[in-house]
Parts: sequence; structure tokens; C-alpha cells
Amino acid sequence: MNYVLIGNSTAATYAIEGIRSVDKEGSITVISEESCPAYGKPLISYYLYGKVDTAHLDYRTPAFYERMGVTLMLGEKATKIDAKKRTVLLASGKKVPYDKLLVATGSRPFLPPMEGLDRVEEKFTFMTMEDARALEQALSPQKKVLIVGAGLIGLKCLEGILDRVGGVTVVDTAPRILPSILDEEGALIVQRFLEERGVTFLLGDAAASLEARCAHLKSGKSVEFDILVVAAGVRPNVELVKEAGGDVNRGIAVNDRQETSIENVYAAGDNCESYDLAAKETRILAILPNAAQQGLVAGCCMAGGNAHFAGGIPVNAIGFFGLHVATAGVYVGESYVERSGNSYKKLFYSDNVLKGYILVDKIERAGIYTSLIRDMVPLDSIDFERVKHDPVLMAFPRETRIEKLSGGRR
Amino acid sequence: MKRIYVREEWCLGCHLCEYECAFACSGEKNMVHALKGKSIHPRIRVEDGTGIHFAVNCRHCTDMPCVKGCIAGALSRDEHGMVVIDKNKCVGCYTCVTLCPYGAIMPDGEGKAAQKCMLCTDNGLTEPNCVKHCPNNAIVFEDRG
Repeated sequence: MNYVLIGNSTAATYAIEGIRSVDKEGSITVISEESCPAYGKPLISYYLYGKVDTAHLDYRTPAFYERMGVTLMLGEKATKIDAKKRTVLLASGKKVPYDKLLVATGSRPFLPPMEGLDRVEEKFTFMTMEDARALEQALSPQKKVLIVGAGLIGLKCLEGILDRVGGVTVVDTAPRILPSILDEEGALIVQRFLEERGVTFLLGDAAASLEARCAHLKSGKSVEFDILVVAAGVRPNVELVKEAGGDVNRGIAVNDRQETSIENVYAAGDNCESYDLAAKETRILAILPNAAQQGLVAGCCMAGGNAHFAGGIPVNAIGFFGLHVATAGVYVGESYVERSGNSYKKLFYSDNVLKGYILVDKIERAGIYTSLIRDMVPLDSIDFERVKHDPVLMAFPRETRIEKLSGGRR
Repeated sequence: MKRIYVREEWCLGCHLCEYECAFACSGEKNMVHALKGKSIHPRIRVEDGTGIHFAVNCRHCTDMPCVKGCIAGALSRDEHGMVVIDKNKCVGCYTCVTLCPYGAIMPDGEGKAAQKCMLCTDNGLTEPNCVKHCPNNAIVFEDRG
């Protein structure tokens, strides 16, 4: 069996493990546009922040690829899937035949229309290590930076560069920062914390037009900058599958074995859709744990194994200068709130299950909350009053505790 | 592989395991020197309820949500099945903290990386120190397959 994986990040790495859990013999080829070994994509901000050096970036050791018998084709861009001939065409002109193909192409930065963007000399996006290194080259203590986008990517970039430049302004059309994961109150805590470190936020505003070193905003304000970072969201890389005739909605449509509508072609990671167990809808769940899980299932199924991805829930951990935030699920139903200084907890519950949480500066044991959401544990089966205050296993019934901590044996 | 199992009916809630864990992980030879006057950050934590107590540490579960969610490749399963963390790779994002259903992985004392039980293999001990010093055998180390 000849396995070909397009992409070399989390989903592809776990697909390798999935394949090898079933098939120890077949050949595995990984095609990656990037010329460097696999690294955790979110590490790029930590790289700029100085929390991880080049020597520790590798997602897996070189020995991993040897042990797994993987042929890496780095710096090669896949341009077309010929599903009839079961061949992947590369920009270099090479043709790579496959028996089973995984499309794990992730996503790319979305560039909103901004008049004059071509006039900006030092402009960057922030998705890859190459982006991070290019940005790093431009950084200097005298330069001012404008970041377009106060989402997860924009603000992690902010943390990475704030202490290396002369000042950072962040502009976003949303009325609050981290709008995809925080409510108003949580967002305000993080915003104030970052403002105390000298960051300027311009929210509910957008860059209407750009000059070489100045942005004119819709509000009429102007922001001078030396470096522009555009972090205004991402778009899934669905084109290979779409052009090959596969079903694509917002992301690539897959079943619970990660199969696309094209025979022998699978997809996993940020480019495809999955079922959100908390929101009870199919959508793109672009988080790393989801990509890992999907990749593992895809790999296993490609090799003829039996695995299913039942769905996931959004879970995000993000921190800035030691202020840590954890969120999960959806924010619907009744809520329970605790607040004290920078610490903020909000739990959302309805229909006898926990639906979501926001935790700011209070993340310890958050995984217990996550498991309640994911497993849809009936709240009347646990001591929910206790769990509201503290995520503890004590709140579970004795039998469940013994199962969890003693393998069911007393 | 041998795992730690907890028998809550025998746990007195003395929290000695927490001190023994912190001591074993301190690298110090003298317990008083290691712990006296310091705030401890053990990798095993005792939960206390009304008449019920039990210790919780990493279950080395087969699902490994922490490993699958690790953005840095710092968490992995070794050849014996033990879930290990490479602190040199961990960037302290704490995604693992949001994923562990046992609440058994946590920020370390310095708040810079995550920490978890590695069955004292990283301390050069032959058996987990919490197990060795539990006065009531409420924490055991057994291979149950």
C-alpha cells in the first residue's frame, strides 16, 4: 500500500502514527510546502517570545521518521489531485502516485481588502515559521507595529514581539479582543492587562486604507507604523479537493472516518469540517487537538483499520505574559460566575449538562470541566454545586471515582 | 505497565504523598532543606471531602488527550506506555491542563512549564515516592495489565 500525505503538521503527523498502528509495511510519503521539519504551528509566537529555541522546535524527532519509514518531500507544493489516475501533481512537475491520500493542508491567512496594502513595505502574516522568521528580521526596538486582528493569532504575535519593538497597536473590527473565545467581561480583563504593558487597542474599527507607514481607519483616526502584521482570520485550504470534484462546504466535507467524497482521499485538520459536540453542528474546529484526533483516525482508516471521529469541542488555552486563559464549548444557557481581580470564571450550562466555560487566571484542572462538556455528563449525576467552585473528581459518584483512579478495583 | 492506583477507602487525607512527591522532585537530599518554609508544587494532589480523601496524579491513560493536544511535541508516550513531558520543549501554553480529564497535569512551581507525574523515573528512584511513603497503602503501584 502506498500512502501519500499532503501537509506536514499535526494532522499529518498523527496520520503517520495512525497508519503505522495498522500497517507496518506500506510506504508513506509526506509532501510539504514548507522546507523545515514538522513543528507545532502555534510555537511560532513562543519562538519570537524566546520561550523555545530552534533546537527544540521539532514536533517529532528525526528518529521518528526513520522508525515510521516515512519519505519526506519537503519544499514541494501539491497543485492538483488526479483522482482517476490516483496521482498528486507537484509544482516542480513531479507526479506522486498514491493508493490512499490524506489532504492535511491546514489553512492560510485571510487578507481583508485594504486599499493601499501594496504600498506597505514591511508587511507580514503570522501562520508559519517562515512568517515568524521574516517578521523577526524586521523587528527592532525603534519600530512601531500595527497588528490587524485581535484574535488568537494576532494577540499571540503581540506577545511574541511586544518586548522587541517600540510599541504595538492592535486594530479589530470586533468590539472586544479575542471575540471568538471570550465574552465582554473576560475580554476586558485581558485587554486591560495588555494595556498596562503599553499595548494600544483600537476596537470596533478597521484599516480602510494604507500608506507606506500609516493606516487610515474607518473612524477617521490614523495610526503610524513601521511594520504591519495582518492576522485577520484564516481560510481553509480546500482547493485541492474542490478542484478534484470533492464535496466542500466551508471546509472539506468528511465522514466520521475522515473520508472525503472522493474515493481513497481523506482529509484531516484545519481544512475540514467536524461535528461540534457542544454546539451540535458541523463546522470547522480549527484547533490542534482536533487535528491530532482526526489525523489519527484518518491514518488508521487509510490503512484499513476501524476508527471513528465522533466529533470534538472547541477548547483553547492561551496566555499572555503569565496571564492564562482557558475556554471551551459554547456560551449558552444559564451561567455561574466568580470574579476576583484578574481572575474570572464563567460556566455555562443548560439541559442538565455543562456547555462551556471561560477561565481567566484560574485554569487549574480545567480539563475536568472540559470532560464534563465533551462527555455530556448529566449534572444531576454529580455534585455540581461543588464543581462550580472547584473542578474536582470528588464531585463524581464513588463508583466513577473508583473507575477513574483505581481502574474499577477497590 | 505498572501504574499508580488509589484506594480512597484507605486514604487518611494526611497529604504526606504531596510532601514526598515534592521532596522526590526537588533533587535535594534532605527533606527539611527541600521543603521547609517553601510552597510546594507536588505532581500528586489530595482531594478532601467530608470523610473522603484521595490522591490524584497522572493515570498514564491510553487516550492521552494531553499528548494529542500538546502544541510543542513536549508530551509523548514512552516505550513502556508512560506519558512523559520534556520540559525543555514545553512552552507553558497549558493546553494539556485544559484537556486532562483527571486534572492531573498542572503548571509547575515557576509557572513556566507544565508538570506531571512520571512515576519518579525522572528522579532516579526505583518506585514512586508517594507509594513508598503512604502510611496506609492507599496508593499502590501495580501492573494490572
